[in-house]
Amino acid sequence: MATQAASIPRATPQPSAGLVLPAFTLWWREVVRFYRQTTRVIGVLASPLVFWLVIGSGFGTSFRSGAGAGQEHYLDYFYPGALIMIILFTSIFTMMSVIEDRKEGFLLSVLVAPVPRSAIVLGKVLGGTTLAAIQGMIFLIFAPFAGVHLDPVKILLVGVVVFLVSFALTALGFAIAWPMDSTQAFHGIVNLFLIPLWLLSGALFPLSGASGWIRIIMRLNPLTYGVEGLRQLLYPGTPTSFPLSSDTATLVVFSLVMFAIAFLMANRRTTRPAA
Amino acid sequence: MVSKVAPLADAGWEPTHPSVPSVISVQNLVHRYENRTALNGVSFDVRSAELFGLLGPNGSGKTTLFRILSTLMIPTAGRAFVLGCDVAREASRLRNQIGVVFQAQSVDPKLTAYENLWHQGHLYGLRGGALKKRIQEILSRVGLADRGKERVETFSGGMQRRIELAKGLLHRPGVLLLDEPTTGLDPGARRDLWQYLQMLRDEEHVSVLVTTHLMEEAEKCDRLAIMNEGNLVALGTPAQLKTEIGGDVILLDAAKDAGSLAEQIRLHFHVAATVLGNQVRIERENGHHFVPDVVEALPGEIQAISVSKPSLEDVFIHRTGHKFWSESMDENSNSGEKRR
Repeated sequence: MATQAASIPRATPQPSAGLVLPAFTLWWREVVRFYRQTTRVIGVLASPLVFWLVIGSGFGTSFRSGAGAGQEHYLDYFYPGALIMIILFTSIFTMMSVIEDRKEGFLLSVLVAPVPRSAIVLGKVLGGTTLAAIQGMIFLIFAPFAGVHLDPVKILLVGVVVFLVSFALTALGFAIAWPMDSTQAFHGIVNLFLIPLWLLSGALFPLSGASGWIRIIMRLNPLTYGVEGLRQLLYPGTPTSFPLSSDTATLVVFSLVMFAIAFLMANRRTTRPAA
Repeated sequence: MVSKVAPLADAGWEPTHPSVPSVISVQNLVHRYENRTALNGVSFDVRSAELFGLLGPNGSGKTTLFRILSTLMIPTAGRAFVLGCDVAREASRLRNQIGVVFQAQSVDPKLTAYENLWHQGHLYGLRGGALKKRIQEILSRVGLADRGKERVETFSGGMQRRIELAKGLLHRPGVLLLDEPTTGLDPGARRDLWQYLQMLRDEEHVSVLVTTHLMEEAEKCDRLAIMNEGNLVALGTPAQLKTEIGGDVILLDAAKDAGSLAEQIRLHFHVAATVLGNQVRIERENGHHFVPDVVEALPGEIQAISVSKPSLEDVFIHRTGHKFWSESMDENSNSGEKRR
């Protein structure tokens, strides 16, 4: 056992833990603790499936889908939107752990460790991204029922879009959760802000059919580009508003901006209580 | 409000190692929240390999002080040094050197004991075989060597606390800071924890700063800082603080009105008498001689009377003029209610 030299009460400079190791361990913890809560896994996977089937079937018979070639049913039109919804739910609700960590002492013990804040943000956000992306990719199992024919290249490209959307939304969730002290307030934000964001992403109805001001909002909504991108990959030949490259570019910018915001939020060292 | 800031000369304390500089040095520390002052110019030093207690009721500012020392908050004014590092400016240098155990649970209940420590080790730059060895070492040190593979959520409160302690000590810090470490523990687990802290001090020369609101825990510290409403009201060894009261503490239960009883005692005996709820409190040498005198002098005024050696609570009352536990600290503190 170490006998700290008690007679030298001066901190000796030690190498800091760096960025990668703490980020890795925070990522690992995020993933492990998620899969140890079975109900969370089921909830996150099952609710979009229910939404997809119920909304998709209901709308499909009530209204005529405005979609064109390659998508015969509304259920098919709605499929990319449902996938984005899984990602939204998983990434946002995973970041609720930031609030829980703060309420308990876990976050405090990380904040007093010799760890740069960037490692905390990176670890947590990548953890949530991994979970959201995995859940999203699992949803591809149902793709054949939505008239999608998958091949390895397609899966890879879908994976890229899924990752980008997951990363951006998780970083957004982190930035929202960081200053909050109650999960109720967090739910409020989700209902007020994030669900509408999803509704106006082209998930339910296409951009082309929307009226003036709604269309403007949809164009400004970064999620629109995620839904668009997925739709183009899953249903080649669908008429779309933007080319895939500009969808992807928009998502990359969205991700970077969200991460920057999350990083700035976490870096404010305050004179207020940390928890 | 009797909030006298008494001169805190360390009378009577004989430094065993006068050359050893302070491990923690708090210098005129002030912290204000938006609408209240939590720390109002606090200064003290903690010496090497000392078990130092920060005693105070809830809201006395000890948790604020703890957060500043553990580099979580920046003070409004004043400075604090731990191991020679300024906690506000050199936080990143300091963090490797201190172990912090918070009052709130910081272990992840969904992870096993081993996984919790593995995670903690990574945060401090430990890894691989060295980390593995150290985890086994610290687990057996806190008596949980055979429970490493179990999830923390299955542990008892005392065992969870021991994992907290193991987390704080994993990277071999020279200074350990603990915030109310025995909260929610049964008496047996409490005793274990304090024995462990004493062992750390004696065998590994770790300097320990612990906050508490429990008198019996404060008694176990080498030295104490007693806090009240953001002020340091007393500093010294428990024995030293108690002797300063001089003699005995006499408590009288008033039969009618404590205020008038106190007044009469002041008139008759020319001693300071403090009103505490329905009681009058007097500090006096040879208390047993005073008892018959006062009973005889004021017939019918006294319902009950007790004489005792001063406790740390008496030190607190002596310094602040009110009880340790009072319902409303901001209002008239003399009418504080009993809550013990």
